Amino acid sequence: MPSSLGLYLLRRVALAIPTLLGVTILIFLLIRAIPGDPARVIAGLTASEEEVQRIRVELGLTRPIHVQYGIFLKQLFHGNLGISAVTRAPVAEEIGLRMPATVELAISSIVVATVIGLTAGIVSATRQYSTVDYVVMGVALFGVSIPVFWLGLMLMLLFSVYLRWLPAGGFGGPAHFVLPTIALAAFSIAIIARMTRSSLLETFNQDYVRTARAKGVRQPAVILRHALKNALIPILTVIGLQFGALLGGAILTETTFAWPGMGRLLVNAISSRDYPVIQGIVLMFALLFAGVNLVVDVLYAYVDPRIHYG
Amino acid sequence: MLLRLRRHRTAVVGLAVLAAFIAATALASAILPYDPNAADFDHVLLRPSPRHPLGTDQLGRDLLTRIVYGARVSFLIGILAVGMSALLGVPVGLISGYRGGIVDLVTQRLVDLMLAFPGFLLALTLIAVLGVGVTNVVVSVGLATAPVYVRLVRGVALSIKGQVYIEAARALGVPEARIVARHVLPNCLAPVIVQSTLQLGTAILTAAGLGFLGLGIRPPTPEWGTMLGEGQTYLFSSWYIATFPGIAIFLAVMAFNLLGDGLRDALDPRMKLG
Repeated sequence: MPSSLGLYLLRRVALAIPTLLGVTILIFLLIRAIPGDPARVIAGLTASEEEVQRIRVELGLTRPIHVQYGIFLKQLFHGNLGISAVTRAPVAEEIGLRMPATVELAISSIVVATVIGLTAGIVSATRQYSTVDYVVMGVALFGVSIPVFWLGLMLMLLFSVYLRWLPAGGFGGPAHFVLPTIALAAFSIAIIARMTRSSLLETFNQDYVRTARAKGVRQPAVILRHALKNALIPILTVIGLQFGALLGGAILTETTFAWPGMGRLLVNAISSRDYPVIQGIVLMFALLFAGVNLVVDVLYAYVDPRIHYG
Repeated sequence: MLLRLRRHRTAVVGLAVLAAFIAATALASAILPYDPNAADFDHVLLRPSPRHPLGTDQLGRDLLTRIVYGARVSFLIGILAVGMSALLGVPVGLISGYRGGIVDLVTQRLVDLMLAFPGFLLALTLIAVLGVGVTNVVVSVGLATAPVYVRLVRGVALSIKGQVYIEAARALGVPEARIVARHVLPNCLAPVIVQSTLQLGTAILTAAGLGFLGLGIRPPTPEWGTMLGEGQTYLFSSWYIATFPGIAIFLAVMAFNLLGDGLRDALDPRMKLG
């Protein structure tokens, strides 16, 4: 029923609000825990004490911390994330310019990871203890152990420097997506493949799968319609969690491939101690992740009718 | 248990790789003629050769020497960070799971909060606040992984709490602290050991990631991630600088993963994957 789904969605969003508020408090406190005076940083080393004090008042730093947080939150709701200490541009604007690149990379990676991971997991599970199974699980072990930034560099060496098939970095057409997507997806492919395999193997022992087989349902139908459908819940959970891992990994991948996304902006902001930008990007990442978790929760309800919208 | 582990062939491979790393670092100064940190401007960016099996970097330092010494740094960071997150996460998880109620609620919401940061981001944010350096990398990585232990131990504590022998101990008037330490904690040890082995790999990866971004250990200390990051600049002319530290990270992480998987099968059959 759409109305109950709407209610479920609403309740799920309401449940996420305290966590998100907590995240804003945590980030707010973390940034203010940094030793040093942000007003002094903005004013520069040569500024006079009066000048620094003026900026302090302007930034609201002279007021009690809970008042400062209140102002911060209010500004946040208005989409105001402050001004970059380095470029002097609004942080929201800087993030808006770079977010699409990060989101596109993350989505292309999760799609690739899901398609390859699911396929590999199904193949592995249906041929348990065969050569194919060992090869897939062996490759998956590689996938979880390879540093994403190193894999990126090695792909670049092979496909850009030696074979000259693909661009070594930067943002542009579909060709630019290939290497960063593979590098970023590798870890998630491995995790999703492992989870699909173990989850499927578990359902293979269930009575309804045995019944379906006994009825003479063909193997592909048994796997897809009976086993996989029931194995999907843990797989979905893992895919949702992997999206978080992908966002984190994107920071490293973007640095490797000179990808103009939020990750690279964050790393530059940390190097130049641009705290308003750090604060804004960390918040955006947490928000994106919360959004994905929400989508996963809604998908649960679609996949598993046993889950009530309650 | 050791026998079961020995039957697990892949775990033995993991153990062997780790043993090789430890042996190499222990013997480093005896077998390697070069100083890991001293620049030698007459021998910069040399390709791999019998004198420098893995080549030299932009400051003329022998890469094999730096990778071997780097193992010391990476393993130390990994062990300290995992130790810290276990020391923090296990007691909190025990109390949260055993006590339940408001304590549990508050703890779990705090854990939710930390898990709201996707993966690598929490460690990176903490580094941004604390600044670079060995101690700060350990603290960042350690804090960022602590929620994993809280969740794990809480789950075990919750499932143990209702057991008859706990009830019996309580009926006999055994103090709560003693019940937790004597009866609940031992049940958590196997999963904690398994988790810690796997976490060692993750911690080394995370620390290397920070180093790669230039936010890890201060140079010239040899650290795999930092070396890789420096090597990226020379990737097109001198491929070996970035390539070999990456292989070292990969081997170490894979070894911990293999050992962790083997330990899981040997110690805790319930957690077996497939």
